Order: sequence, then structure tokens, then C-alpha cells
Amino acid sequence: MTGTSASAGPAGPAGSGSLTAPTSWATGVVREVRHHAGGAVVLRLAVDGMGPRLPGQHVVVRLRADDGYTASRSYSVASDPADPLVELYVERLVDGEVSGYLGDVVEVGDELEVRGPVGGWFVWDGVRPALAVGGGSGVVPLVSMLRHAGSTGHPDRVCLVAAARTLERLPYADELVGGCQVVALSQERSPAGREPGRLVAADLEPLLRTGQQVFVCGSSAFAEHASRLVVDLGVPAADVRVERFGPSG
Amino acid sequence: MAGTRGFTGRGRSADPRLPPGQHDTGSGWPVLTAEVTPSVDLSRWTMTVDGLVGRLASWTWDELRALPTTTWSGDIHCVTTWSKLGTSFRGVSVDVLLEAAGPGPGAAFVLATSTTGYTTNLPLADLTGGRAWVVWEHEGRPLPVEHGGPVRLLVPHLYFWKSAKWVTRLTVLDRDEPGFWERNGYHDRGDPWLEQRYQGD
Repeated sequence: MTGTSASAGPAGPAGSGSLTAPTSWATGVVREVRHHAGGAVVLRLAVDGMGPRLPGQHVVVRLRADDGYTASRSYSVASDPADPLVELYVERLVDGEVSGYLGDVVEVGDELEVRGPVGGWFVWDGVRPALAVGGGSGVVPLVSMLRHAGSTGHPDRVCLVAAARTLERLPYADELVGGCQVVALSQERSPAGREPGRLVAADLEPLLRTGQQVFVCGSSAFAEHASRLVVDLGVPAADVRVERFGPSG
Repeated sequence: MAGTRGFTGRGRSADPRLPPGQHDTGSGWPVLTAEVTPSVDLSRWTMTVDGLVGRLASWTWDELRALPTTTWSGDIHCVTTWSKLGTSFRGVSVDVLLEAAGPGPGAAFVLATSTTGYTTNLPLADLTGGRAWVVWEHEGRPLPVEHGGPVRLLVPHLYFWKSAKWVTRLTVLDRDEPGFWERNGYHDRGDPWLEQRYQGD
């Protein structure tokens, strides 16, 4: 359940990833803050006592005002599980109470309450070939998978297809080059020369492999579109795992 | 616990309808599912109550809609912290379905199953006493497929992942058997007012 907000709720075959129950709240110390186009921010946190992570999981961040009022949101983790720091890419939402704070106020050295990692479903096992299809900030948990594939010496195990309006608005665009990565931009020609346009079957078809697992992450509309494309190309629905970002601030 | 430096918060709501840690999503209704949205063929779909029951009860789409219906109005709460306040659904009370099947001695839990294979577990007590429905209308319109249409479970007093989309079966059990999200770190009961989000809460 994730991202700009965790996807919770209905759906998912009886199969299951590993059981992951987040424990109690921990303190995450902000080690790095990097601001991006459109108000997005990358935060890298040292979270004391956080257990092992799996690529694709998310954490919950809780902010607390002096009067005890709290606001919690879920954010996908972009870092490889081998990375000692928990990396979050936070997209600024209009009037976002939490994303606005994280984008405007947070500085290196600040402490945030963090819980996790959460999720046993939208996770990659590191072994099975995976096609990862992300829209906008939906690429964030997929980047964790891509990085994990690279750090374990099997970069070809994950093909990441990233869709966005413009390159500037695509999180981690600099990592989505080479290999079997595809960047599909709706408003610009992609660096590899793809003409502007929304994601289509032809973007995905060359990357399909028998036995592959497919991960789709993005807004509800994107997830619906991309998962439909994949199934229409013949991928069994049971091999497709979807994470939809819900609106939250 | 110390406050977060520089965070004042703006989401304070005096709205007594919001459980702890939830915020009002307004007119929106986020879609959050973990798999491909299925297409449900109503000509072959059935609603079944089985398991620890006196008799297996099953209804076709037409038979289900011929049962006495109820309109429920109120608030729903997603574990991802959004709540949708003042919404409504129409369908048949789970009491009616269970009554037809007759839960046997020792019946204490239910596993709801969707056409997709999604499952979620609930105490029997949370599905009885006029607190749970099988619904096919939202605010007067057919329930959209992305929101679980044609038919979903509605258990609004628990976090909304318990309200299984595309529901097709309720299996009565004498033991609690974790469902999909419950095996993936989420709470077995999921009471928003107790903030039972994750295992261990």
C-alpha cells in the first residue's frame, strides 16, 4: 500500500510476498536533502534500528506539531536495500500538508518519525526477471528494484519503463538510461529519440519475457492504463502487481 | 515526544467523524488496488456463503438484487490515511446472506474472497448486527469496477481494505485465517478508531 501515498486495500491474489510487519516508530535523521524541479525533494534518512528492506517497499513518515497533532504519510523507498540510508522522493502536492513541509522546511540534521519498512506484496525478490512500469513518481519503488538488480550484479533482471510528461519531471531520469530502460514522455521527444506520446503497447512489447513478473506503479489512471496494456499483450493478470498512488498531502 | 522542528500542521479538524491519523479526502475517492482491475461477468457471477454453515447458500446476480436492500450512509476510512465522509451505498445486509446459510456452532470468523483471489479476514461479529453489506450502488449509481463493482463488500467501521472489492464468497470459519493484506503486514481487525493499521498495533 504507497508513494506519494501508500496504496492500501483491495486486490491481490492469494500469493504473497514475505510477511513484513513494521515495528514501532523509529527516529530518522535527515542526512541529505536534494531539491528537484517542480518542488520535489529527495531525502536520505538514517533510521536507527530499521530492519532489512525489500525493493518496492515503503515507509510511513509522521510529523508532530508541538501540541501533539500528527500527520502521517507513506512514501516509497528509492534506495537499494543494501544502501544504509532510506531514500525518499517526495513529490510536492498542491496544499500538501506533509509534502509541503518536507519540500520547504526540512534540513540536514532534522529528525523525523519513521515506521517501516511496510509491504510484502509490491516487492521484488531479486531473482525473477521483472518488467517495472512506472508513471511519474510511480518510478520511485521501481528505482529501488533497478538499483538492487545492479548492486547484486544482475542489471538485466529488471527492465524499467518510465512514463512522464517531461524529462525534467521524471524522478531519477539520470538512472533510467542504457540497459533495457525505456523513457516514454508524453510532451517531449525522449533522449533516446522516442516521439512524444502516452505509453503504448509498442513501448512494452520488446521487453516482455516468458515467466516475467510485472510491477506497475503510478497514479490510478496510469496504473489502470499500463496494467491493461500489459495484460492485453498476453501477460497473465496473476503475474502483474500494481501499486496505485492515492492523493494525500 | 518532541515535535518535528518547524512543523505546525494544518490538518487539525474538529470533525468528530475523523478517526485518529485520518484526513478528509473531500469529494475524491482514491482507487487503491494491488492488481489488475478484473472484468466480472455477471452472467456467471455468484455470491456464495460457505464454510461452517448449515447449508451452502448461493445467489446469482439477479437473485441477489431481489433480496431486501438497504441504503447505508456514513464515512469510510482507508488505512493510507484518507477518509471519505458522508457517502452512501446500497445493497443487501450480510445478515441476510448469513441467515440463509446458517452459521454453525463455533463460527467466529469469515474469510471474504474476491473474483481475483484477493482475500480478507474478519471476525464474524464485525459482519453481523447490521454493520456490513454486499453493495452494488454508490451514491445512486452502479458501483464502478475500479471501486469494486459490480459488487463489493462494505464494512465501513473497519479500514476499507476489509471491504473486499469484487467479492464473490464469504467463508465462515471457526478460526482466524489471515487474508491478503493481513499476511503482508496489515492488522487482522483494522479498527480505525483504535488505529489498528499494521500487525502489532
